[in-house]
Amino acid sequence: MDSLQSYLFISIVMFCLGLYGVMTRRNGVAILMGIELILNSANLNFVAFNRFGGLGEHLPGHVFALFVIVMAASEAAVMLAIIINLYKNFQTVNVDEAHEMSG
Amino acid sequence: MAEFGFTGIAALVIASSFWVVTARNLVHAAVALMGTLFGVAGLYVYLYADFLAATQVIIYVGGILVLIIFGVMLTQRISSAVLLQTHMPNRPLAGVVVFFLFMGLTSLLFRTPWHEGEQVMPESTVTIIGTSLLTKYLLHFEVASVLLLVALLGAAYLSRREDG
Repeated sequence: MDSLQSYLFISIVMFCLGLYGVMTRRNGVAILMGIELILNSANLNFVAFNRFGGLGEHLPGHVFALFVIVMAASEAAVMLAIIINLYKNFQTVNVDEAHEMSG
Repeated sequence: MAEFGFTGIAALVIASSFWVVTARNLVHAAVALMGTLFGVAGLYVYLYADFLAATQVIIYVGGILVLIIFGVMLTQRISSAVLLQTHMPNRPLAGVVVFFLFMGLTSLLFRTPWHEGEQVMPESTVTIIGTSLLTKYLLHFEVASVLLLVALLGAAYLSRREDG
């Protein structure tokens, strides 16, 4: 059970579910949750390959996963600021109702 | 015991991430996301990544999840945080796309002869990550800190009052 393939399988399931959430949700916050799932599955891949792939003593997979976490934190902050502005201007957070510029 | 724990954590991650994308109540989805994030932290422990497991719990569960719940509460009345999804034209299409992507990735996973090098199982990763960040990955570290600063300023600028 504790093999590279099992970790990659969990990561595939999380990625597919996150992509499904991003494609079907209309609420901006729910889309953000799907993006977090996708980022976590990528992180799981990095760390699993670092353990099983023999990448050397500098732990590049761990460092890359750390940078992904930093990026996810800044992305969440900016996206929530955008969502709050969207709510102030349109009184909705459904991303398909903010189509003023689509002509 | 360890095998049982791994299977349990994997089941927790998969079940709660399924709940994240299907729950009709946004607060339920946020709670399910917390289960997923804790489960991924547990998987990090199984992968000998103790520092990353702690970071995952502190930043994701303690930071990003709180931000998400703030986002839910600031934009919706908490009692009626049900997602209004009366018409969902792209749900069947998304299901088909994700199903074929899942089948393709899974068959790729089982047909690829993965190169398995020497397993890395350090006693503690904190020292190694700290040394790596300040020697080999110093430039990346600085770029990440500038990114954090810019994102912080940008978020504060975006959410300020217009007349303030």
